Amino acid sequence: MNTATAEPTDFFSGAKAARSSARSLWSKFLSGICVGLALLTLVPLLSIVFLVLKNGLPLLSWNVFTELPPAAGMTGGGFGNAVVGTLLMVGIALALATPFGILSAIYINEYDPYSRLSNAVRFVAKLLTGIPSIICGVFAYAVVVLTTGGFSAWAGGFALAILILPTILLTAEQALLGVSKAYREASYGLGATNFQTIWRVVLPDALPAIMTGIMLAVARAAGETAPLVFTALFSQFWIQSLREPTASLSVLIYNFSTLPFEHQIKMAWTASLVLVILVTIANITAQVVFRRR
Amino acid sequence: MQTDAPAIEQGGIKEFKRRPDLFRVLCWVASAATVAMLAWIIIEITRQAAPSIQKFGLDFLTNSKWVPNRNIYGVSPFLIGTVVSSVIALIFALPLGLAIAIFLSEDFLPLPVRQFVRFTVEMLAAIPSVVYGLWGIFVVIPLVQAFGAWAVVAFKDIPVLNSIFAPPAYGNSMLTASLVLALMILPTITAISRSALVAVPGTLREGAYALGSTRWEAIFGVILPTAAPGIVAATILALGRAMGETMAIAMLIGNSSRLTSSLLSPAGTLAGLLANQFGEAEGLQVSSLMYAALLLVVITLFVNIAGEAVLRYTQKKTAGIR
Repeated sequence: MNTATAEPTDFFSGAKAARSSARSLWSKFLSGICVGLALLTLVPLLSIVFLVLKNGLPLLSWNVFTELPPAAGMTGGGFGNAVVGTLLMVGIALALATPFGILSAIYINEYDPYSRLSNAVRFVAKLLTGIPSIICGVFAYAVVVLTTGGFSAWAGGFALAILILPTILLTAEQALLGVSKAYREASYGLGATNFQTIWRVVLPDALPAIMTGIMLAVARAAGETAPLVFTALFSQFWIQSLREPTASLSVLIYNFSTLPFEHQIKMAWTASLVLVILVTIANITAQVVFRRR
Repeated sequence: MQTDAPAIEQGGIKEFKRRPDLFRVLCWVASAATVAMLAWIIIEITRQAAPSIQKFGLDFLTNSKWVPNRNIYGVSPFLIGTVVSSVIALIFALPLGLAIAIFLSEDFLPLPVRQFVRFTVEMLAAIPSVVYGLWGIFVVIPLVQAFGAWAVVAFKDIPVLNSIFAPPAYGNSMLTASLVLALMILPTITAISRSALVAVPGTLREGAYALGSTRWEAIFGVILPTAAPGIVAATILALGRAMGETMAIAMLIGNSSRLTSSLLSPAGTLAGLLANQFGEAEGLQVSSLMYAALLLVVITLFVNIAGEAVLRYTQKKTAGIR
């Protein structure tokens, strides 16, 4: 695997060496291209990070978290209501999806791993991860918006819940798989029931890894726009109840990015900065919690 | 085993065993609900789409007119746009993603550098779609505009290229959307291809080196062919992801229902159509959008099932080599 084994051509001599050195040169050339292409991917990422910082930082102040979005063409203001809306809808999504995700994971891993239902759950969870996020929005529109007669935080939270359910379920399953079999056997050996074993032994041990999954789900949900554009819609005002249109950071970026006003565009960049920071914090928390295990 | 146990205790054990485990029931219900969820999504969307399905039938797929104020709906431009944008994105992302995957699984540069590149690619996956859109508006659109202005002149007299790069050159175009899409599916391709490459047993590589092959002869002759099914799976799953990607596309593609051969013209995708029109839709437009959503679900489900199937086959196959 090291460079010595990668270049065995040095051992040859004469005419063979000429041919081999051509081959080894060609190999080196390809290596160079490969490294070049890999480093090329750093360019767009650095560009995104640089621009989000450069355009987002000037307006970033405490005010953007406490004030309402400026009307079209106006300056000043902030997006406090959007931050609250995003956190609120992610909270609703977690409250709806976490119980289903974790209980399903317990069923398919602890109770009946090889049953038809368990295989179906695994298969469906995989398929749900592949469903476009906008479809979650369409479904929430059909189930919540059309039946309750309006756009609401509930509808947005519901859409996000469907989006993150498979993430939570699949990571929780992995977390439970990681619990040593000896723990379970010891627990049963002491006379514990299934429930006692799961509740007192398996779940506490798997908890950090389950939390990792939940934080990944938070990161995913916070950044999503497609499920929210026509379920929670947007609002210029502070949220009064969960039954009315609700602002969110991602929809604010989407709306403001197409406006012809420079201040609104700047606001979109600042909101992007806040959103990226939020998502990164969630992701890093997930990694750190996971490492401690 | 229980024969010499006291009768009372035996009865106790039996009674205990007969008591239903309520927690198990709860978990079963959650599992059943998860499975039912997918069915519910499909049934509900189909139900809402019913008026449009009845009115337009399969003509919906071939009709190229989407005119809400005259209640005429057809999605062929969006259907084609979805496929074309995803395929172009793959053409850009596949070589790049594969190169990164090879880079990460070989030892060209020291481990910290590779870890940094891996971290970077994972970061790409964490950036929200709208931020890609915003970045695309201010970075990729000007670049594509400049390229387009050059391309329409340069390719004016070359037969096929002059229809692919036909004037007028817009910034909000199929090409812009595809480029950003390529960046967005790069992490998917890289992650799955990398794990396929890492799963190739070291003995195969050592065998190739022992026979006198150079590093790239080993990669092209032994490692890539062994990992091929995994790379195919990565490609298919990335395709599914690209087809469903919404916000960045909706911000960059121009959302036009006009069908042209030029990559420099605005176009539209199914997902972009949904994002743009659902908020203000009414009546037959809602059910036509539901019909479009149903198409999108069916296509992405089909692509994902294919990808999963290939992935499963791969895992079985590589497990056999070991």
